[in-house]
Amino acid sequence: MQKKENQEVENRPDNTAFTQQRLPAWQPILSAGIVIPLFVLVGLAFIGIGVALFVTSRNLHVLEMDYTGVEKTSPCFSCSDPIKQKNCKCSLSFELDKLFEGPVFFYYGLTNYFQNQRAYGVSKDYNQLSGDLDYFTFFFSIVPDSTCKPYRYDVNNKPIVPCGSLANSMFNDTFNLYQMKNGVKEEVPLDGKGISWWTDYNIKYRNPSVNPLRNAFNGTVKPLYWSKPAYELDPTDTANNGFINQDFLVWMRRSALPNFRKLYRRITDGLPAGNYSLEISYNYPVIAFDGKKKVAFSNVSWMGGKNEFLGIAYLVIGSLCLVMSVVMLIIYHWRNSSPDAN
Amino acid sequence: MGWKVKANDRAYHQLPEFQKKVFLCIKKSRYSGNAIKTYKYNALTFIPLNLYEQFKRVANVYFLALLILQIIPDITTLPWYTTLIPLVVVLGITAIKDLVDDLARHRMDKEINNRKTEVLLDGRSEHTQWRDVQVGDVVRLKKNDFIPADILMLSSSNPNSLCYVETAELDGETNLKFKMGLRVTDERLQGVHELADFDGLIECEEPNNRLDKFIGTMLWNRERYPLDLDNMLLRGCKIRNTDVCHGLVIFAGADTKIMKNGGKTRFKRTKIDELMNYMVYTIFALLVLVAAGLAIGHTFWYDQIGAKAWYLFDGKGYSASHRGFLSFWGYIIVLNTMVPISLYVSVEVIRLGQSKFINWDLQMYYADKDTPAKARTTTLNEQLGQIEYIFSDKTGTLTQNIMQFKKCTIAGRSYVVKQMEKADLSARVFQPVDWSWNRYADKMFQFMDHSLVATVRSGKDKDAMEFFKLLSLCHTVMVDEDMVYQAASPDEGALVTAARNFGYVFLNRTQDTITIQEGDKENSYEMLALLDFNSDRKRMSIILRFPDGRIRLYCKGADTVIYERLSAESKHTKSTQTALDIFANETLRTLCLCYKDISAGEYEAWERRHKEAQVVLADRDAALDRVYEDIEKNLMLIGATAIEDKLQDGVPETIAKLAKADIKIWVLTGDKKETAENIGYSCSLLTDDMQIHYGEDVKSVPLVHIQSAPPLHLVTYFFTYSGSYALQVNLNHLTHGPCVDFVDMACECEAVICCRVTPKQKANVVSLVKKYKKAVTLSIGDGANDVNMIKTADIGVGISGQEGMQAVMSSDYAFAQFRYLERLLLVHGRWSYIRMCKFLRFFFFKNFAFTLVHFWFSFFSGYSSQVNWFITLYNLCYSSLPVLLVGLLDQDVNDKLSLRFPKLYLPGQQGSLFNYKNFFISLFHGIFVSLIIFFIPYGAFLQTMGQDGEAPSDYQSFAVVTASSLIFIVNLQISLDTSYWTFVNCFAVLGSIAIYFGIMFDIHSAGIHVIFPAYFTFTGAASNALRQPYLWLTIVLTVGISLLPVICIQFLSKTIWPSVGDQVRSRRESTHIRRGHRRLSFSPRSSGQNERKTPVANGSHRQSDGTRTSS
Repeated sequence: MQKKENQEVENRPDNTAFTQQRLPAWQPILSAGIVIPLFVLVGLAFIGIGVALFVTSRNLHVLEMDYTGVEKTSPCFSCSDPIKQKNCKCSLSFELDKLFEGPVFFYYGLTNYFQNQRAYGVSKDYNQLSGDLDYFTFFFSIVPDSTCKPYRYDVNNKPIVPCGSLANSMFNDTFNLYQMKNGVKEEVPLDGKGISWWTDYNIKYRNPSVNPLRNAFNGTVKPLYWSKPAYELDPTDTANNGFINQDFLVWMRRSALPNFRKLYRRITDGLPAGNYSLEISYNYPVIAFDGKKKVAFSNVSWMGGKNEFLGIAYLVIGSLCLVMSVVMLIIYHWRNSSPDAN
Repeated sequence: MGWKVKANDRAYHQLPEFQKKVFLCIKKSRYSGNAIKTYKYNALTFIPLNLYEQFKRVANVYFLALLILQIIPDITTLPWYTTLIPLVVVLGITAIKDLVDDLARHRMDKEINNRKTEVLLDGRSEHTQWRDVQVGDVVRLKKNDFIPADILMLSSSNPNSLCYVETAELDGETNLKFKMGLRVTDERLQGVHELADFDGLIECEEPNNRLDKFIGTMLWNRERYPLDLDNMLLRGCKIRNTDVCHGLVIFAGADTKIMKNGGKTRFKRTKIDELMNYMVYTIFALLVLVAAGLAIGHTFWYDQIGAKAWYLFDGKGYSASHRGFLSFWGYIIVLNTMVPISLYVSVEVIRLGQSKFINWDLQMYYADKDTPAKARTTTLNEQLGQIEYIFSDKTGTLTQNIMQFKKCTIAGRSYVVKQMEKADLSARVFQPVDWSWNRYADKMFQFMDHSLVATVRSGKDKDAMEFFKLLSLCHTVMVDEDMVYQAASPDEGALVTAARNFGYVFLNRTQDTITIQEGDKENSYEMLALLDFNSDRKRMSIILRFPDGRIRLYCKGADTVIYERLSAESKHTKSTQTALDIFANETLRTLCLCYKDISAGEYEAWERRHKEAQVVLADRDAALDRVYEDIEKNLMLIGATAIEDKLQDGVPETIAKLAKADIKIWVLTGDKKETAENIGYSCSLLTDDMQIHYGEDVKSVPLVHIQSAPPLHLVTYFFTYSGSYALQVNLNHLTHGPCVDFVDMACECEAVICCRVTPKQKANVVSLVKKYKKAVTLSIGDGANDVNMIKTADIGVGISGQEGMQAVMSSDYAFAQFRYLERLLLVHGRWSYIRMCKFLRFFFFKNFAFTLVHFWFSFFSGYSSQVNWFITLYNLCYSSLPVLLVGLLDQDVNDKLSLRFPKLYLPGQQGSLFNYKNFFISLFHGIFVSLIIFFIPYGAFLQTMGQDGEAPSDYQSFAVVTASSLIFIVNLQISLDTSYWTFVNCFAVLGSIAIYFGIMFDIHSAGIHVIFPAYFTFTGAASNALRQPYLWLTIVLTVGISLLPVICIQFLSKTIWPSVGDQVRSRRESTHIRRGHRRLSFSPRSSGQNERKTPVANGSHRQSDGTRTSS
């Protein structure tokens, strides 16, 4: 009898928690006892964070100046005329009432500049930029990468290195900062080391391992808009030349939004109170597309640079949480006290 | 032109007048060959036809279009293989599945077409394959042969040209039926030569699907002979108890009635499928709008800014509008993630999972027959949660199809056994009667009243003897050599079997004698007339000449008709009536038995009239009825029988439960009205507070009859007082017609019973309801006669019962017992529906949230579309697993509560969990979240710097922050939506987040960039961005703003408008707490397990009961 039963049940499904859909489970319910305290706690936490962010942000200083030269009164007005010859210089003077605590970061900024355009953003050859010499030559129509068009070859079919729109349009204004001490200009030391990402500098961008570097660029041409080839970006320092030039790296890390700042230099000791003059060699044309050029000095905290948005947002959301917890409490009580609730 | 068939003349059927145009000028005989073809593809047509079929699915066309777009270099924003690979996989799997199905069909066809039969050709009998049989051929059939075509019976080896057939494949009835050849052909066409010379011309109706009708004439030797269904052997039947018979093929292959009856296999889709398709159209329209908007934006942007931006110069020289046009297609590609192909794949996976759960369900496993439930289609599960109408077969579906003689009353004395009580089990009185004294006794037969046996055996009680004699004589049962009875109705079988056990053994029947064994003697009775049963007469009579010359009429019939015809001298009428009422209350099927002695003179007079009536041409039935009426009066009552057609276990409970879930149940049965009504009561489909309308009583019901269909006997009663209606309909000839009124009226009723319906009519009823009510229908049946209705309904359920496998083979779900339907609908259906809805809502939400971030970014990126690896992986790894698991495992309430509160089923019927409203809620939720995901980081990034002075507002960091926020939000949101948290869910949610970070750090790692510098360009982005506390705070804020309002709204809506599910859940919660308080030692967990075990224990208990009683 027992045997027969065993035979008969060969189609019997397995009796496991999974097949019978009885897996042990927790079935949470959004009950008042959970939701309302949650909102109170979150509200309090958010307000706390908000206050911290807000206060920190308030204590930071930012000094931002436009030097596009659109208006006639602007010191760089003369340089903004595109007909003017290259290497036009202009200077911007400003005054600090009190000490700008170090380290101070010195940025240049562009507005209405769409580094986030897709075709523009992908217009580069990563293999080339990682120092692969195979991508320095013209090889049928495969290298350099076709995304580099129209900055791929020059008229003689010589490959452009570094190719592509992104590299081609590299920002090329340069700045020198002077402190006016008793009528004497004293140059403020600007530190340009390590302003790019560690990974960009050490991994993503590599120079070809050819010494001297210029030999690697034989048979190539510099980007059309560049005044000097890549291997002359900083002839004084091999660790800052070619593709691993810090300014180049900063430029190549394209920004997410059309108005952006990019780090130019670091002023480690800060800026004491006094008068300053910023000398600009004005090369980069922006007026054509209604762009603006700016410089900015800022110091940072644990939360980065000055930005009150996040602090305020935290405060608002935190307060809303508290308000909603009260509203929910009221509704819950009203609902439960009414006799026909269920 | 009628259908003409000439015997033994194949050339005749190729005459030009019988040709029909097939294609242009190619003509073909209108007579089909006997080969059948049910397959769809052959080797050549498979690939084109299958692809064509598959590309009928909009989704596949859509992805093909996308693929083509992606190949165009100016447009492409995603590599082409991201679409091609999934598309090829999906098409390939479907094609393989179709191929396997079709191969099975090929094999079936081949097997059937190659079956052998004997055909008489050129005066010789030849073994031929079925495929070579042609119209006009004379075939010879042997015992147990399948009939290869629709055949006119010519002659048989049995006396009187009788031939027995089994029609199980045709109509699901397992009892034998007899067919009769014309006397003239039977007499003259016995030998091969005569048959070979036979040259009759048959003119008959065109091929049709009516199994119950055939009209024709035979012209032979310049005489006309009428033909009807009794002369026809239909394809699909089996010859039984007949050594040899001959016939003429009238309809072959596709023209046969069984093939005409096979409803076309329809591709079934669920309502959700349809809805989903419409939503995909909506999304697509939305997509086009958005892409067009962005393209226009791009055009203007290029005009205003892009063209002047020297740094963006690309040397292509396209005009602004051309660029806009290109960017339109680019956006179409990028934004296609709103409807990713993974949606379709995931839906399939979820359905497959649900089907597996149905197959695995132990509580739908029938241990007695070792049959688990089986989901034969995997695409319909969520529809199970939306059923509004159930169409059920009766016999074998609601009942066990096993009739048992239970009780009787003889001469006013009832032989009734009280309900068995467990305490009395041991008592001698309640042991079943021992039949060992009777060698003919059927051992399966059980009877509880010993006194009756004693009475009969003693031979003293004349009434009791007469009672069983009548049962053994007055019937139409056939018997075969092994003394197995073949009854046209199981009731008769049960009665004859009962008589046999009581010592009145029906032994044999010929055309005009019936032989029975009475005690030790064998007696033959001459059968003078058989006054057959029909549903108007509700009785049958037989007039017999006894061996001693007496003539007696025996009659059995429904009490109502019998009592009208009783003689005034008849005794025991009152006491019998009381007994009848008692039996009826126990839902037993009753018949009254009576007799009448007829003098020879009286009989002769009557016989003359009878003969006359038999040859009347016009209205022969009515004439016969009048003659019968004359003789069936002044009857003497003997007693009454009570038969039980046992309901399957749990049928009344199941029906009551389903009715509570607002599912309307229609019973469609071939049975007669009384039986149907009886069953209706016993399975609590009809209740005492309902009023029953019989269709024929309602003359006012306007019905439109199409074609020459005879008028519809609509039997209906309406009762308004209780608000409950039940409708009982005799659908005699409900052909296809605009029977809106019928449907409207029937749908007003709580329960509908249609009796005397044919398979096609069953299907018609179902399609009428589908058509006019737009409701989701389910058909359940067990026999071949239910196949059509099973195929027609949105969901077909087959019961693997007594009647073979045809119903199961054409069903979508199959199991062994009707009661499992409750679990299939209320638990599996409901869960599947809820899961699928939750899945779809969430899936749409998550893809909106994801895709629209892109949209917002476009406003700040000069309307250019951006893409990275994230898009490819988002649907694949980061967000799909938890929602897939919700689609597979989620339970809002467990199965016990689902069953206990049938009201929980209602949202499914109303389709309230997934419709356009929910869709737009998902859409707006997605828009809201995408706004948050974009603009919070935007605000935070605008003009800020990182901790170490670098500007973090670069594109890659921004992408990392938005992507991380999105992953957190999506995974936490699904956590909120999960109501059944198993460790698998937990693992999946945490795993998804972990996988996201894992893959992100991998992709952003130095190593992978060194290997593939051109593909993995986000080197260091993750590590750089995520070490900034500021960005973490941004992520936290984004997640907070996205989720808190949802929690708040959910809580408030639950508090203010609690749904049934919420109430059940909170009630469960509170009982848990209460129980915990009351009895600290009693943990709720173990109590749950106890409850769970109970049904199993019950089952085994029942089983042991069964074995004990039968031994």
